[in-house]
Amino acid sequence: MSSRLSSPNIQLNELGKLHHFLTLEGLKQHHLVEILDTAESFINPNTNEIKKVPVLRGKSIMNLFFEPSTRTRTTFEIAEKRLSADVSSLDIQTSATKKGESLLDTLWNLQAMQANMFVIRHAQSGAAQFFAQHVAPDVHVLNAGDGQHAHPTQAMLDMFTIRKHKGDIFDLKIAIVGDLLHSRVVRSQIQALSILEAREIRVVGPKTLMPESPEALGVHVYHDMEEGIKGVDVIIMVRLQNERMTSALIPSEKEFFKLYGLTEARLALAKPDAIVMHPGPINRGVEIDSAVADGPQSVILEQVTYGIAVRMAVMSIIMSNAAQLTQYKTEQASLELDENSTLKVNLEEK
Amino acid sequence: MRLVITNARVIDPTQKLDQVTNLYIARGRIAGTGNEAPEGFTPDQEIDGTGKWILPGLIDLQARLGEPGSHYAGSIASETQAAVAGGITSICCPPDTSPVNDSQAVTELLQRRARQAATAFVMPIGALTQALKGERLSGIYSLKQAGCVALSQANNPIQNSLTLKNALEYTVSHDMVVMLRSENKQLKNDGVAHSGPVSTRLGLPEISPSAETTALARDLILVEEAGIRAHFSQLSCARSIEMIAEAKKRGLPVTCDVAIHQLHLTEMDVLGFNSLFHVSPPFRSMQDKQALLMGLKTGVIDAVVSDHTPLEKDDKLLPFGESIPGISGLETLLPLLLKLVQEYDLDLMTAIRSVTESPAKILGLKTGSLEKNQPADLCILDPEGFWTLDPQEMVSEGKNTPFKGWEFVGKVEQTFFQGRPVYRNPNL
Repeated sequence: MSSRLSSPNIQLNELGKLHHFLTLEGLKQHHLVEILDTAESFINPNTNEIKKVPVLRGKSIMNLFFEPSTRTRTTFEIAEKRLSADVSSLDIQTSATKKGESLLDTLWNLQAMQANMFVIRHAQSGAAQFFAQHVAPDVHVLNAGDGQHAHPTQAMLDMFTIRKHKGDIFDLKIAIVGDLLHSRVVRSQIQALSILEAREIRVVGPKTLMPESPEALGVHVYHDMEEGIKGVDVIIMVRLQNERMTSALIPSEKEFFKLYGLTEARLALAKPDAIVMHPGPINRGVEIDSAVADGPQSVILEQVTYGIAVRMAVMSIIMSNAAQLTQYKTEQASLELDENSTLKVNLEEK
Repeated sequence: MRLVITNARVIDPTQKLDQVTNLYIARGRIAGTGNEAPEGFTPDQEIDGTGKWILPGLIDLQARLGEPGSHYAGSIASETQAAVAGGITSICCPPDTSPVNDSQAVTELLQRRARQAATAFVMPIGALTQALKGERLSGIYSLKQAGCVALSQANNPIQNSLTLKNALEYTVSHDMVVMLRSENKQLKNDGVAHSGPVSTRLGLPEISPSAETTALARDLILVEEAGIRAHFSQLSCARSIEMIAEAKKRGLPVTCDVAIHQLHLTEMDVLGFNSLFHVSPPFRSMQDKQALLMGLKTGVIDAVVSDHTPLEKDDKLLPFGESIPGISGLETLLPLLLKLVQEYDLDLMTAIRSVTESPAKILGLKTGSLEKNQPADLCILDPEGFWTLDPQEMVSEGKNTPFKGWEFVGKVEQTFFQGRPVYRNPNL
């Protein structure tokens, strides 16, 4: 019964290459490595500057933000401009699109304005997949964060940063500290790390900030910070949002910092060369001590720069896959034509 | 009009009857069963029932009929047609209409529309509180006078325990069954999916079983204290079934039902974010599903309902969490029940009882039976009939079903309501 089988991965085209970029779940290691390698090629190895390339000249990209964002949106816009694409950004109030018709109507209207790619952020888990199911077959959807589900470009820039500092990921122990329950970033990070076969993935935080079955994600759960970060190569701190206090998930910022805040003393429990990451924006004195955030092991600001290169990589890969698919289809068609004409010639000869 | 259906397998749980025989209908009522016609019976029409089954018309304790109001797709005319296409001839409609059925006027409107449609028997359920707000009591005496068969809060359970206690105690003296959907709104929070591996992977806001079980525990205690006959609707958790079993063992006058889709689908079906699988209560774990099936087999669960919720296409054309929960289920209640008999070892008599004799008993009615002098509400089923569900072929105005493409054995061929043919399968 078709409805009960898991649907084929709608992110991939007939050649098994990225068509949309919605989640890391279901992707293969080679898909991820291609993104990391391509991102590398956009960075000048001497100056660390991001190149401007004409890869997407004449292509139209629309950034649809149904939920406010400054950093993700800005890095997407910069990445799009460095690829020479035509860029439009729209902030869409969710309240204006309560009815399904108008939500899809918005999308179809923008599609009619000849968009080649949508970059979408939405407050509902699964929204990116929903949009991907309803766009025209030649339009691409890139997930810039959907509810608590996924934020794949953020996770890929984290992988890029780790690879830059630590080389291959498969030998590493990584601890992710903070709010796993509400974080789309953490879900995508865990998937990326699993696909890249990290040696050990730990999540650290109070039970109220963990989903029902974290073990379903293939991670080790720690409620004790010291235990959780002991001997790891990478510590990823996650932002703690204010509303977690008002909904009684944790008592106070102060108590959270006492239990899970990353201080220099705690950092000393990790490997001596461990790096500290944070997807930002950071809350100094809530999840991370300023001395650590600004310290030598912190790579937080590098992450932001690499975010541009990684987003450029994803967009250019998707567009070149589309071109490749078109070429493949043309070749197949002409091959069929050739076969038909050869067949005819053969028949005539007979 | 006198009709005889000959040589069919007649299945009637109330009479513990399961045999190949003839069934006689006269003046809209059952005139009897057996190889010999009742005295003085000469048929005007004869239907050859060889190889067919005759079942009492099904009773569905929960189906929304689209009227009055515009929350739901369809109308009483269209949805009663859908009911009889699924072999259902009696329907309880919950009070979550617009306006809410908390007054005699709305109850009478529903009955009038149902009489005009004349396709199936519609039994309105009155709202326990005004506008289902869980604050002030509805005019319970007036609702009973107008013909409401039960009282409920539909999907808006009373959160304030004192209000519920008062509502139950006030209702005791009116001898009406109260139907309760146990759900704690605070624990449900903004959840849309069962808390488990799937919600963890998809990042869907979670609904833990405790959202149901804590409310059920409170409700059972208040029901016991008030000494009222209560029916628990659409249970979804293994633990809830244990609690009902314990309450029954203690001698409480409680019954319960489960929605048929909960016996077939689980949280795993939500993978893929398909909004058609968004229901309330949510699809739960495999263990919960197995416990529900076991509950039905052992009689802890009395009835099975469709929880029919016909929706417009746009209501499901949304990301999972924003879509409206619910399934258009009238036409799949019997097919999915028969599937449990065929594939999951459910006893046929138990299955049929859960949609005929048991719901009638819960409502305190004597229908749902093929006994002599009962209204001739019945369906003729081809037990070998093979078909595949195509939502576009559904009679209901709501095409929102997650069972698209499912294959079924057993097809309703004809349905009779008060002795009149109200449905004939177009593919016959």
